[in-house]
Parts: sequence; structure tokens; C-alpha cells
Amino acid sequence: MRHTISVLVENKFGVLARVAGLFSARGYNIASLAVSETLDPQISYMTIVVEAKDAKVLEQINKQLNKLIDVITVTDFTKKEHLDRELVLVKINYAPKDKPKLEAIFEKFVGKIVQHKADTATVEAVGDEQQIKALLEELNKFGVKELVRTGKLAIE
Amino acid sequence: MIGAKILLESLKKEGVKIIFGYPGGQVLPIFDQLYDFDIKFILTRHEQGAAHAADGYARSTGKVGVCLATSGPGATNLVTGIATAYMDSIPMVAITGQVGTHLIGNDAFQEADVTGITRPITKHNFLVKDVKDLARTIAEAFYIASSGRPGPVLIDIPVDVQRADTEFIWPEKINIRSYQPTYSGHPGQIKKAAKLISAAKKPVIYAGGGVITSGAHLELKALAEKIQVPVTTTFMGLGGFCGTHKLFLGMLGMHGTAYANHAVMESDLIIAVGARFDDRVTGRLDNFAPGAKVIHIDIDPSSISKNIRVDVPIVGDAKNILKQLITEIKKLPDTAAWLKTVEGWRKKHPLTYKDDSAMLKPQYILQQLWDLTKGDAIICTEVGQSQMWACQWYQYLTPRTFISSGGLGTMGFGFPAAMGAKLGFPEKEVFNIAGDGSIQMNIQELGTCVANKINVKVLIFNNGFLGMVRQWQELFYKKRYSFTPITSPDYVMLAQSYGAVGIRVTEKTQVRAALQKAIQTDNTVFIDFRIEPEENVYPMVPAGKAINEMIEGLA
Ligand SMILES: Cc1cc2nc3c(=O)[nH]c(=O)nc-3n(C[C@H](O)[C@H](O)[C@H](O)COP(=O)(O)OP(=O)(O)OC[C@H]3O[C@@H](n4cnc5c(N)ncnc54)[C@H](O)[C@@H]3O)c2cc1C
Ligand SMILES: Cc1ncc(C[n+]2csc(CCOP(=O)(O)OP(=O)(O)O)c2C)c(N)n1
Ligand SMILES: [Mg+2]
Repeated sequence: MRHTISVLVENKFGVLARVAGLFSARGYNIASLAVSETLDPQISYMTIVVEAKDAKVLEQINKQLNKLIDVITVTDFTKKEHLDRELVLVKINYAPKDKPKLEAIFEKFVGKIVQHKADTATVEAVGDEQQIKALLEELNKFGVKELVRTGKLAIE
Repeated sequence: MIGAKILLESLKKEGVKIIFGYPGGQVLPIFDQLYDFDIKFILTRHEQGAAHAADGYARSTGKVGVCLATSGPGATNLVTGIATAYMDSIPMVAITGQVGTHLIGNDAFQEADVTGITRPITKHNFLVKDVKDLARTIAEAFYIASSGRPGPVLIDIPVDVQRADTEFIWPEKINIRSYQPTYSGHPGQIKKAAKLISAAKKPVIYAGGGVITSGAHLELKALAEKIQVPVTTTFMGLGGFCGTHKLFLGMLGMHGTAYANHAVMESDLIIAVGARFDDRVTGRLDNFAPGAKVIHIDIDPSSISKNIRVDVPIVGDAKNILKQLITEIKKLPDTAAWLKTVEGWRKKHPLTYKDDSAMLKPQYILQQLWDLTKGDAIICTEVGQSQMWACQWYQYLTPRTFISSGGLGTMGFGFPAAMGAKLGFPEKEVFNIAGDGSIQMNIQELGTCVANKINVKVLIFNNGFLGMVRQWQELFYKKRYSFTPITSPDYVMLAQSYGAVGIRVTEKTQVRAALQKAIQTDNTVFIDFRIEPEENVYPMVPAGKAINEMIEGLA
């Protein structure tokens, strides 16, 4: 099962490598990882989506993260109310005749066209997991050429 | 003051008395300062030796061990030593030189990404890029290495930082907001534990290395005696409970005593103190002590419920928690019948060996060593059968008298670790119980011993085999001894060529005299004991079996 965890860390040399290294060394899977500075430039915020087969693994991930010297706090969002968002950029096949169909989609789903060139349109969307999933299903019907995503951001 | 001097002044502030190491290009400024600085420096013959010696010093004294090496190959040679300390939670600070800051990342001469390499095998590590950070970094390194669950910390110092000049400001107090170990146990949890103990019929104490780290041996004894519960220790816990105490069952696990393993498997309550339920101890996990509730006292939350389900976790320092627990137990459990059962196992399945052949038996040598020293010695070991016999056939009465690589199982550890221990306790007799394979892995340290008059007594259990591996081949690979026979040099001549003393023992009758001579000799001594080549370590729990499914050899 996937779990979303946020980790506040000291914004220091090598800290990303420590966190990433912990996951690889202990055989935990990272589905996504997003890192940035916080209001306090000495602290970074990581949102990590992990794959954990059971509660015991999740508990160990929490404890092992906490054990890293540079980790200040770890929050497991599994049982906590929180907001999460992801940004995706999707390149799809596009022909002028598709325009009404696409417009209809964006009335119902998150996202908008931010660029089109020749036969390609680039769609940008921000949403939670369900919203992004639903959008991608729709866009698939046009043929997705390329897809990039930021990974999830989560906040209490 | 230049960085190199700041480093040494900082070490002095930390109370460092001795550094083990080896010079090179990127630590020249440090060595220049060391030349007339009042900290003892021991030049080993290999950086691995320096790391293990610092480790052995730390294990025997409880203080932080310090080693020093140059960049690149010097630093990579420390790696096995750092990993060894990490696996056994030993406080150590490793200092490495690094190429100049402007060259980092350039594949410069003798550059290695040492903080990268050691990240998974250190508790923490630092690259110091600015001399202004140096003193504080060293203070933090010592604090991290020695507090909470101890472990090795590496400080990588580029050579230009060693040369750079700044004011020396020593931070008197260290506070790291992201690192706050828990020392006192939760009172509610301690109450719960006390209740479980009062209600138990078949409790057992399972104590580990954390008892020694914590200095909780007296509290452990007080608890065991108060509630009259049998005590087994892990390998790392040997010495944490008096080896001749009537409640002591010896070590448990793969090569533990049968009675310790039976007691744990049949128990209804396991009181785990500073032990981490290692796979050498639990055997097959789903079958480990099926009827037992578990109280687990450990300073590291990640040790708890890692391998087995725990009923009452108590995070904190063992000594603190045991003290509180002892006063919290109001009603004593009735263990009379249980102790009888356990004594029955002890009688029925004692540790034994066949002493019938003309060949010299390793167990006999250890019995003689016990008889001569009665526990008043520090016993270091290498890895293999000889190590396991040292666990079984010698009694450790006090903490820090058994020094051995448990978690990593590093061959080549014992000899340099023994040097470290001897330097920590010059008046104590220090032995290294060594296999003929292991001793050849850091044998160059004979040079260090003789040059510095570190008189270590090395007892080589020479069976002509990588015996522990051979034993597995005998039992599980149809006796196909694939690359386990191993040759040795003439240890007597070798020792002599270094200026040490060599003795050869081929018969039982010579054992005692040889040991006595070693003890009386004011020099490093190698005794080449030619032991029974195919002697096995029993009992033994085969891989994948529960710990009461032992092969007992002979009864
Ligand atoms: C060939 C070979 C065979 C082996 N066979 C066996 C065997 O049969 N039996 C056996 O037991 N081992 C055996 N070992 C050793 C084994 O691999 C482990 O090293 C050992 O079992 C670990 O001991 P431990 O659980 O006491 O943990 P340690 O590694 O000593 O860990 C200590 C624990 O205590 C905690 N701690 C630290 N400080 C404190 C404190 N102040 N307060 C509270 N808790 C603290 C730590 O967080 C940690 O969880 C063998 C090793 C080798 C090389
Ligand atoms: C550095 C290292 N390499 C390999 C091993 C695997 N290993 C464990 S015990 C052993 C044999 C040790 O032989 P020896 O030192 O002669 O001791 P004996 O078992 O014969 O007493 C080996 C090769 C190890 N533990 N450490
Ligand atoms: Mg051997």
C-alpha cells in the first residue's frame, strides 16, 4: 500500500542522499519524492510517497527516518487529515477538430492546455490523486505522448 | 590557530588520550601538529588496524575511540573497521583527510567520496568545508558518537581546511535540535512491565549489548536476583551478567547453550534489555518463543518491534529503566518450579566436548585459560569457530571483558582490537583468541605491537581450516571442503622475526605451561596451538530452524 509521509530535515549538504540512501539500503520503495526549502531556509520539507507492504514496514520507515541525525520530524499522513496535490504536464496528440472535445473535458476535470505546437498539445493539471487519475484516463483517449509529474506534495 | 591544531585541541577537550592512525599527503598538516602534541599516537601497519584498534579501545574503556587516516586509500582502508563498529553500536570518531576543497569532485589524486562511501555505515558523518565549523563539528561528532545508541561518526577534513587559520572557539554545550535521544522510560510502560513480571510463571531475562553500553550490569543483577529469573545474554551481552552466577544460562542463539534456548522457547515472558533480536538469536522467527509475551527495553525505538512483536516497549536507557522497574515490582513472581525445570535442562544438555583423541581440543585450551585467569583478563576474538568456543568455554564476569565483532563478524578484528584494549588497560592481561585464517587478515599489526610494546597474547587455534565455513560444508555440503583448507606461515618464526615471542603447542600437556609462559612474558606472544582440525562447534542451530532444534553433537 502507498503511504504519504512528510519529513522536515536540516537543509544541509548530503541530507537528500541520506534519506534516499536509507530507502535503498533497507529495501523500501519510494514512489515519489518532492523536496524544497521552507519558510525557514535552514529547513527543507520532503514529501515522500512510499510503498509499504504492511504496518510493520511503515513503522520501521518512520523510525529509521527519525533516526537520521538531520531529520527533525516525520509525519505519517496515513491516518491524518491532510491536503495533497500533484502537478502533471502531459503531451497529447492534438488536431483542431478535437478542440470541443477537450474543452468539454476541462469543464469536468482539472487541467488546461498551456501550449500547442503542430500536432501536440501540452496539458497542465494540478490536483489530488483521484483528480489526476481521472484526467489521465480522459487524456489517454487522445493518445499521450509524454507525461511528467512532480510527485505528491502534502500538508496537514 | 590553524585547522590542524584546532582539531587536536578539540580532541584534547574531548578527553582523547590516544589516536590510532596512518599518515599521508592530505593529513600532513595534522601530522605536523601531532609531532609534538601531547596526545599519544599509535602508528598501525594498516588503516584497518587503526580502526579496529580504536574500536577495541572504545569497547574496553567505554570511551570514544579515535582513528585517523589520509584521503582516498587511507580512508577506504578504514571502511571495514567503521562498519564493524557501526554494527555493534560502538562509539568511534574516524577522521580522514580530504583533497583541497577546490579539487573536490575533480577525480583529484587520492580523492574518494568518503562521506558518500561511509554514509550507510556511520551514525552520522561530516565534510568540513570551512575551518570556522571545525571545532563545533568535532564536538557534535563526539556527542553523536557517544550518546543515545552509540556509533561511529566520520569527519572528513580537506587539507586546505587543516591549513586555514581562525580563532579556536570551543562550544561548551552541544544541542542538536534534530537529535534528542530518550533516556528515561515512560512510567506507564514501566508499570505495565512490572505487572507482567508479577504475573509471569516462566519468565526469562534476555540481555544484550545495551546493558554494557548503558552500564546497567548491577541493575540487571539486582533485578534478576529480586525476581529470581534465569538470565541469558546475547553474544554482545557477555559480561553484562556474571558468567558464574547461578541464574546465568550462558549465551542463547545459534551457538548458545541448549538450556538457554529451551528456556527462551518455553518461557511465557521475555524481558529483553538492550538486545535487538538478531537473527543469530531468534532462529526461525515465526517459531520463536511462541508462548511468550515480550517486554523490550531499548534506547533505539527502531530496534523495537523490528523483528518480533513486542507487548510492552520501553524506550530509554537500560540503567534508568531497570532502576525504576525494580522498585515498581511489588509482587514477586513465583518462579520456583520454573527454575527447577530450567536446571533440569542445564543438567540434561550441558556444554560438552569429546576429549578422547590425542589431538588438542580448543575447548580444553579455553578451560585452562579460565583456570589461570579466572575472568581477570580481557578476551578479544577473531571470527569463526574459535570465537564461538570463546563464548562457550570462558566465563565473563564483568562488562567489557569480552571484545568481539558480532554484527559484522569481521575476521581480522581481534588482533588490532586487542591492541586497543591493552592500551586502554595496560595492567590487564589481554588475549586474542584467533583462528589461523583470521589472524592472517591483520597479522601486520605484530609490527605495531612490538614497536610500541603493546603486549598482547595471541592464542592461535590453528586447525588448518577456515573452520566455521568448513563446519557448514561438512554438515550441509557433503563434506566438499571447497577452498576452506588454508595454510599458515610458521607463526613461531614469524613472531620472532618481528621481535615478539612464538610458542608452539601440539599436545594437551603443554597447554598450561605455554599459557603461563605467555602471561609471564613481557612481550607480545603468539602461541600456535595445533588443534583438532575437524572439531565442530556445538550446539548449533541450523539455518532456518527454531532455536530449540539444535544439533547437539554429543550429549
Ligand atoms: C559467527 C558468529 C556467530 C554468532 N552467533 C551468535 C549466537 O549464537 N548468539 C548470539 O547472541 N549472537 C551471535 N552472534 C552475534 C550476532 O550476530 C549479534 O551481533 C548479536 O546477537 C547482537 O547482540 P545484541 O542483540 O545484544 O545487540 P547489540 O548489537 O549489542 O545491540 C545493542 C542493542 O541495545 C540497544 N542499546 C544501546 N545502548 C542502550 C542503552 N543505553 N540502553 C538500552 N538499550 C541500549 C541498542 O539500541 C541495540 O538495540 C554471532 C556472530 C558471529 C560472527
Ligand atoms: C572478512 C571476512 N571474510 C570472510 C568471512 C566469512 N567467514 C566466517 S568464519 C570464517 C572462517 C574463519 O577461519 P579461522 O579464522 O581459521 O577460524 P576457525 O573457524 O577455523 O576457528 C570465514 C571465512 C568473515 N567472517 N569475515
Ligand atoms: Mg581455522
